[in-house]
Amino acid sequence: MAAPSWACQAARIAWKDLHIEGRSREVVTTMGFMAALVVLVFSFAFISGQEVTVGPDVVAGILWVAVLFSGTVALSRTFDRERESEAIRSLLLSPAPRSAIYAGKLAATALIMFLVELLLTPLLAALFSAAITPHALWLGLLLLLGTIGFSSVGVLFSAALLRARSRDALLGALLFPIVIPVLLAASRATATLLDPTASDLEPALFWTRFLAALDVVFVVVGLWSFEPVVMGE
Amino acid sequence: MGLTSDRVLRLVNVGKTFGRHRALADVSLAFVPGRVAAVLGPNGAGKSTLLGLLSTLSQPSQGRITLGDEELSRHSPLRATIGYVGHEPGVYGDLSARQNLRLFASLYGMASAERIDEMLARVGLDGVRREAAARTFSRGMLQRLALARALLHEPEILLFDEPGAALDPAGAAWLAGELQREREAGRLVVLVTHDLAAAAAIATHVVVLRRGRVARDEARASFSADEVRRIYEEATRGST
Repeated sequence: MAAPSWACQAARIAWKDLHIEGRSREVVTTMGFMAALVVLVFSFAFISGQEVTVGPDVVAGILWVAVLFSGTVALSRTFDRERESEAIRSLLLSPAPRSAIYAGKLAATALIMFLVELLLTPLLAALFSAAITPHALWLGLLLLLGTIGFSSVGVLFSAALLRARSRDALLGALLFPIVIPVLLAASRATATLLDPTASDLEPALFWTRFLAALDVVFVVVGLWSFEPVVMGE
Repeated sequence: MGLTSDRVLRLVNVGKTFGRHRALADVSLAFVPGRVAAVLGPNGAGKSTLLGLLSTLSQPSQGRITLGDEELSRHSPLRATIGYVGHEPGVYGDLSARQNLRLFASLYGMASAERIDEMLARVGLDGVRREAAARTFSRGMLQRLALARALLHEPEILLFDEPGAALDPAGAAWLAGELQREREAGRLVVLVTHDLAAAAAIATHVVVLRRGRVARDEARASFSADEVRRIYEEATRGST
């Protein structure tokens, strides 16, 4: 029997996660609820009466804080499915390269997160009167890049904590400091794009490029280190 | 791949340490195709550690493990020749039996729907509702699915870690029959168990581990329950 290509193996693992999510809608629901909750809590704090008093930089911060917390929920649940019934062992015993397992998990997690973010952003825009339409595509690209950066580190740490007892508490503690550069770049670029008075988009371009470069670094490190991390050796 | 192979699975002076704890030391064994090797021993003797090494999920701290002339390691393509059934079924609860087998078949480069149907029929899951999620299965059904997953790619080596631990007597008898069938088909089977009677019923090779070392290593055409019990007691006498 011919061994499937690396990309085929990664695609099958991603499809498996997406198929399970399509069937249960568990991650989308919990993640969406968490993200909406974060946005609503900020709206209670910042909106008084009809008046919106926050600027684009604060709205950008709220968006990425919501992504951060809800994304952590998504990561935990995605890896719970691997731990239940020790399914991860069967995956690791298969001929699929461990880097393909990482790529598949990353693709599925990022896609699920991105889907929730696409629903979250209009809610944020409606509550905070944020101008998301002038640079909607660019904003979408930023969300995608930020999500890939966050997930690339998150999948790695979730795999490392697969057998840890307090993995949910540890995941946030380990993940948040590492993804600070991703959040910084993403929120700075988002703030520029959401500012209707901004005539110079150079800062947004700089931070978008920086974010893309971070993604490349994090994904390469993830592909390279997933095997020793998940094997626990 | 598989049943016609006569490759011996050999461990030479294998040791495994976890930090300062030595789980296995100087283990030298040979597992031969067409035999069921029962690995016995008290808790903490190193049985599961040994199985972890044989499955390539863990790496020896010293020594070598080879299949024929090839080294068995976590990077080795030989891991595709291993089928593993553990305490847990190793399948996705949110997928149906067929979807689970289809996923693993595709990872092994097999696309045959006939093979999946054949495996489901063999383990008696062909009558299960097509879309029923595996999480709705009984323990016995999950273990049947686990065996189907392990046999799907016609592995050369079959590893079992207490597979009958949570099965009822009928399920355990069915599993013993399947192990017998695999042995007769010429597969190399290694079974880790605490159940001496179950080991005696199917084993043709008995290994007793004690404190991470091989205390007994005997191969015969068959063993009686009394013989296995005697071998075990002699080998583990004085251990806690």
